[in-house]
Amino acid sequence: MNLRSWFLVPARLTIGLFFAAPLAIVCGYSLLTRGDYGGAERPWTLENYTRLADPLYAQILLRSIAMAAAATLLCLVLGFPLALFISRAGKRKNLYLQLVVLPFWTSFLVRTYAWLFLLRDTGLVNTLLARAGLIHHPLALLYNNGAVLLGLVYGYLPFMVLPLYAALEKIDPALLEAAADLGARPLTAVRRVIIPLSRPGIVAGSILVFIPCLGAYLTPDLMGGGKTVMIGNLVQNQFTTSRDWPFGSAASLILLAFTSLLLYVFLRRAEVR
Amino acid sequence: MLELRGIVKHFPGHRAVDGISLTVAPGAFYSLLGPSGCGKTTTLRLIAGFEHPDLGEILLNGSPIQNAKPYHRNVSTVFQNYALFPHMTVQQNVEFGLRQRGAANARSLADAALEMVQLRGKQARLPAQLSGGERQRVALARSLVLKPDVLLLDEPLAALDPQLRKQMRHELKETQRNSGITFLFVTHDQEEALSLSDRIAIMHQGRIVQEGTPEEVYLRPASRFVAGFMGALNWIGGVGIRPESTRLFRGGDGPKARVTRTVFLGNCVHVFTQTEAGEEALAELPRDHEPFNPGDHVRIQWSSRDEMRFAE
Amino acid sequence: MKRFLSLYAALAFAFLHVPLLVLIAFSFNGGKFTVWEGFSLRWYQSILHDPQLVEATGNSIFIALASTVLSTSIGAFTAYGMWKRRAPVLQGSLYLSLVTPEIVTGISLLAFFQYIFRWLPFRLGLMTVVLAHVAFSVVYVTVVISARLTTMDRSLEEAALDLGASEWTAFRRITLPLLAPGIAAAALLALIVSFDDYVITSLVAGVDSETLPMVVYAMARRGANPVINAVSALIVVLFGVLIVISERVREA
Repeated sequence: MNLRSWFLVPARLTIGLFFAAPLAIVCGYSLLTRGDYGGAERPWTLENYTRLADPLYAQILLRSIAMAAAATLLCLVLGFPLALFISRAGKRKNLYLQLVVLPFWTSFLVRTYAWLFLLRDTGLVNTLLARAGLIHHPLALLYNNGAVLLGLVYGYLPFMVLPLYAALEKIDPALLEAAADLGARPLTAVRRVIIPLSRPGIVAGSILVFIPCLGAYLTPDLMGGGKTVMIGNLVQNQFTTSRDWPFGSAASLILLAFTSLLLYVFLRRAEVR
Repeated sequence: MLELRGIVKHFPGHRAVDGISLTVAPGAFYSLLGPSGCGKTTTLRLIAGFEHPDLGEILLNGSPIQNAKPYHRNVSTVFQNYALFPHMTVQQNVEFGLRQRGAANARSLADAALEMVQLRGKQARLPAQLSGGERQRVALARSLVLKPDVLLLDEPLAALDPQLRKQMRHELKETQRNSGITFLFVTHDQEEALSLSDRIAIMHQGRIVQEGTPEEVYLRPASRFVAGFMGALNWIGGVGIRPESTRLFRGGDGPKARVTRTVFLGNCVHVFTQTEAGEEALAELPRDHEPFNPGDHVRIQWSSRDEMRFAE
Repeated sequence: MKRFLSLYAALAFAFLHVPLLVLIAFSFNGGKFTVWEGFSLRWYQSILHDPQLVEATGNSIFIALASTVLSTSIGAFTAYGMWKRRAPVLQGSLYLSLVTPEIVTGISLLAFFQYIFRWLPFRLGLMTVVLAHVAFSVVYVTVVISARLTTMDRSLEEAALDLGASEWTAFRRITLPLLAPGIAAAALLALIVSFDDYVITSLVAGVDSETLPMVVYAMARRGANPVINAVSALIVVLFGVLIVISERVREA
């Protein structure tokens, strides 16, 4: 064995021990039966997977997908004009990019807490509205689907803006001048020239937002207050309060399988190009 | 003395070196010349030890080295981009190899090497603070200071601008002569190879297609490929003639041709003609030669010793 | 069109930054409620008087430093090894671990530790948290250093070997110094992701290994507490400083 191969030994050990082996154990658990005091016992069964088709759980899966899709769409709609603005900002491009990335570099927990601070019943928004005499009872701004969506969009908007910017930046400004020259109004130029040419950025950004949103745990937990349960919360719940590890394992493997499949399809597409 | 015997090297999907044998005499300036992708750089890397041959032997002073690690071979490489260590000064770069050998007098040896390439006073600079020519000299000093049995040079002039390239070519030859070290020089530029080398091996598709002195390969090419690669060539009636050996007359013997255009190049004039058989022929004439104009009827002549004939 | 875009961008930047700025501003509020009652540092002082917060901060710092040292060393060797020779399986697993949802990584590590601790005399605690953090930071470190390596000239190492250096010397004297800024940037990133993690940490932590994010989370669930604002402000500043340093060393 030469020196080069030794360099990879620590990583192989780390990945093997702390990624592959844990996943293998989870695979095993997902095929076992819940023990009387938590844990997992024989017999082997597929029941944990069939249970996921139960309307109660299927609803959670569908809701997770819907939430992630909605967050992705919102990020796209909100992020596109911003990316377009930055791509045409000339010398200030870098400053604006930093402004997009900066909050992303702040603690995720702190960022989520910032919204709790603003939106809770005694939060800043309700306090200000009440003092202005606009409301008499606090508005229920938190602990609903809208709040979770807000949290997801806030958390992952940079993931959309950066690839969109990268794609938009490559578009030759002369193409827009040509479109204008040929009689296209600005919005037509955006629709017929910019959007088609920024497709790679749109696809990459959507994947980068959709995948973490699908597996989100902290945002639905804090902003949804337990009402809006997504699949991440289901998994966490099975491993803590419900102590049904086999079922939690099955749910987390379904989540992982879905995530990997999406990524695989995306990478294959990217490769074909 | 460096000797290659039946060297073969495959890469996935292609045969980079396809059975090469050659002998480089001590103190020689030997060139491997060929178009890009002909296997010349791979050959150099096999000798340096960055790649290992699938078949064949590499002998340095009689002992096989084809399986030795690069740091166990007393050969040294001047890379195309020089590969100077960017975080080390000129002095540290030149001392690097000496320190690996544990040389006690690394400092004075490095000073002497830098003196030879006229870089005294720039020892404290970083590579980024040097000009292209100076970088090349550092790379040269860094290798020469180790007194390698063979110095391997991988297109060392390619990164320089044309003006500087001519000057460095001269310096390179001087350095080789003064140091007495064997140079194995890889290039795709036939002019470089002709002007510098004692011997040239011309490579094509992983093989050596001809080996000899510059005069031999230029004047007596072994194949049509070599003839065409070494310089422009006219084909008249199945015979190859270099443009500078092609003469034009208004009368007399020789194939009839018509002048199609003339190009003034400063030091000479290029006269393009077309023979009655439809062959294109270029004559390189002195500037003060009797002028020709498009449409002129001429006869093409050449001396029979300038004729090139090939079997294929 | 242009004016619309500028106005829109201003709103978007406000959306991204105002929540954090308000949070930080209110950390200096004299009162306990969301009404401004004058400037005060009392919430910062109360951090120091909260033994739970102090201990959690200590734990977080220890975990972040330990996991950073380990993951940076491993990641540097990994990036270098994969640069020298392709390792598709390892690379694929690393990327898969990068996109695995945190909650899945967390529960699988929990299941793994519980499983092997049937035979080993250990229990969940600081060490399991450090190991978990190493597991998820290694890939970040590897990605950052690999990016740096793609700009590195491969002939430099060959030149070192050619001049008589062994593979190890070539790595130590040539590659490592040139890679140092990338390694430093990667280490700072590892420090941040470790210090910030809540989801995985909360699953593999034991009773003696509560981290700062875990305390912040618990307080946030319990209700409004200006101390969290102060802690958050400090975290924002700390991360900001780390990011600035990391940008500086990367440009160096």
